[in-house]
Amino acid sequence: MRFFLRRLSHAFLLLVGVSILAFLFTTLAPGNYFDEMRLNPQISPETLAALRAQYQLDRPLPVRYASWMNSVLHGQMGFSFAYNSPVGPLLFVRARNTLLLTITATLIAWGIALPLGVWSAERLGRLPDRLLSWATAALLVIPDLALALGLLVFGVRTGRFPVGGMTSLDFASLPPAGKLRDLALHMTLPVAALVLSALPLLIRHVRAAVAEVLNAPFMLAARGHGIPRRTLLYRYALRAAANPLISLFGFSIGVLLSGSLLVEVVMSWPGLGPLLLESILSRDLYVVIGGVLLSTIFLVSGNFVADILLYWADPRIRTKSGSR
Amino acid sequence: MRTRHPFVRWLAILGALHAIVVCAGFFAPYDPIEQDRKNPYLPPMPLHLMDAQGHLHLRPFAYALKLREGAFDQYEQDIGRPVPLRFFKYGPGYRLLGFLPARIHLFGSKDARICLLGTDAYGRDQFSRLLYGGQISLLAGILGAGCTLSIGLCVGAAAGYFGGWRDDALMRVAELFLALPWLYLLFALRAFLPLSLSPLKAFFLIVAVIGAVGWARPARLVRGVVLSAKERDFVRAARGFGATDSYLLRRHILPETSSVLLTQAAILIPQYVLAEMTLSFLGLGVPEPAPSWGNLLSNLQQYSVLVSYWWMYLPALAMVPFFLGYLGLASSLQERLEPYKIERTSPGSLA
Repeated sequence: MRFFLRRLSHAFLLLVGVSILAFLFTTLAPGNYFDEMRLNPQISPETLAALRAQYQLDRPLPVRYASWMNSVLHGQMGFSFAYNSPVGPLLFVRARNTLLLTITATLIAWGIALPLGVWSAERLGRLPDRLLSWATAALLVIPDLALALGLLVFGVRTGRFPVGGMTSLDFASLPPAGKLRDLALHMTLPVAALVLSALPLLIRHVRAAVAEVLNAPFMLAARGHGIPRRTLLYRYALRAAANPLISLFGFSIGVLLSGSLLVEVVMSWPGLGPLLLESILSRDLYVVIGGVLLSTIFLVSGNFVADILLYWADPRIRTKSGSR
Repeated sequence: MRTRHPFVRWLAILGALHAIVVCAGFFAPYDPIEQDRKNPYLPPMPLHLMDAQGHLHLRPFAYALKLREGAFDQYEQDIGRPVPLRFFKYGPGYRLLGFLPARIHLFGSKDARICLLGTDAYGRDQFSRLLYGGQISLLAGILGAGCTLSIGLCVGAAAGYFGGWRDDALMRVAELFLALPWLYLLFALRAFLPLSLSPLKAFFLIVAVIGAVGWARPARLVRGVVLSAKERDFVRAARGFGATDSYLLRRHILPETSSVLLTQAAILIPQYVLAEMTLSFLGLGVPEPAPSWGNLLSNLQQYSVLVSYWWMYLPALAMVPFFLGYLGLASSLQERLEPYKIERTSPGSLA
């Protein structure tokens, strides 16, 4: 319990730090959303001053931070100049779309990587393992950008998959099954890009972790007792190898919001990524800060989840933190 | 008998690849920003040795392109007009290594232009742009990594060597930076800087932004090495003889960090090249007409280009050999550091 609380307070302090850091950038920023309006002769300086006052841009920094923090606690996270609405709901809709994409991709990637990594570790150094190593190496050196663009070109050339967006134009009029199918078709390419870019790292980690365990004396003893291969691998080896994998899984959870930014932009998936890019270009600062903060929350809580899981899975950590 | 370490081989491969990019003026047949408005979106021109009649030629040649009947943007090879390749041909002037004026190119042609990777919307030769673009992208990656590593080295050494409250404060800030999602932080930093800039200014801005974002990880690694190095016997002995802090750091402690820094450089450079590409691809990086690997790809964001001109994608594959080189280098360096560890992130079987 003490361990839990300490980790929680640590994560919370980290978030406060990040929010201050993100907010500090706004003061360092030359120019804001209303600067472009200053060039427009039809907008009087008085109107601009009124607008700045309305959005509290004329107040000192601590006051702005306090009022922004207040709106964060109310789930609004400031006010978007471009959308003329609170940032919070804007972000949450986009975050939902992003999560739909990334959760699917993460599940698929882990679902493939675990058995493949174990399979490869069992044959360490033999031909199948070497072939798989080559394949993951090849995937590893293809940068995300090239991978996403390549899939996009593939999608366009074959015409098999719809390119861009999340739904077809006639989505509202489709029957439920048709809706699901349409959504799945639209998700295929972005999910494929995410899975392919995550796979090599995952497979390598699983393989290395399991291979280390397979040589341990207790595995030999277990084999000597005649425990079947499958049980041996998945019940004994995988559990002993779980530690680094749990940290990695925490990282997978952490990047659920931020990891797909590029793929979303390239494939014009209406998630957080395109919104963030758009708000950068229009200097809609609170949306940018909100996006950064939201994805940081995910990253921090991913680490937190990993800590908790580790605590649950590994008795060594339990005793170490209990004795402190 | 193999006495040399594999990283020498990877260094040689990387050196050769970089030499091609550094001498882009020589290897590229044309000027990267020279436009040919009459020939937009030419498809790649394959080189042949065998002509349509089945005769073998020693000199490689390409067929000139002509408009397909009834089309305005579809080209086909004109079998009647072979364009032989001329090696070591005089062409548009350039400055080799940035200062040697030269006019000689590896190859060129007499009449029609030979565009190995086709041309873009303004009829600029994609192959030449690719080579020149590499100069900008790779330089951004290398300078950015240099930035990051020097910040990381200073912070890490200060934290590790002086310890106490300085260590605590610096490492808390590092944790903060590690907690921020990397690409988001990059974007947010970029967001608060002016959007439209001259290419040169934009380049240095990008380098600074990319370099400033990732210092936390190397700083933590350097701190670890410094922590263990300062307790070594010879360091304590030197301190006992009255060596000053700066002397100890310079002579005994910082040299210990070199292998960690080298490995980090091999990991960071491709990552930063990719960061530059991403920013330029999204229009936040080096602007046109200067070519960079990122903005070469940016017109793929238009649906029409994606549908009709697939060869605009080819530059995306250019950095694959570079990434392979850096990955191999990083893994062989890591292997030297921890010889008995099973490979995780780097292609072990490649080395």
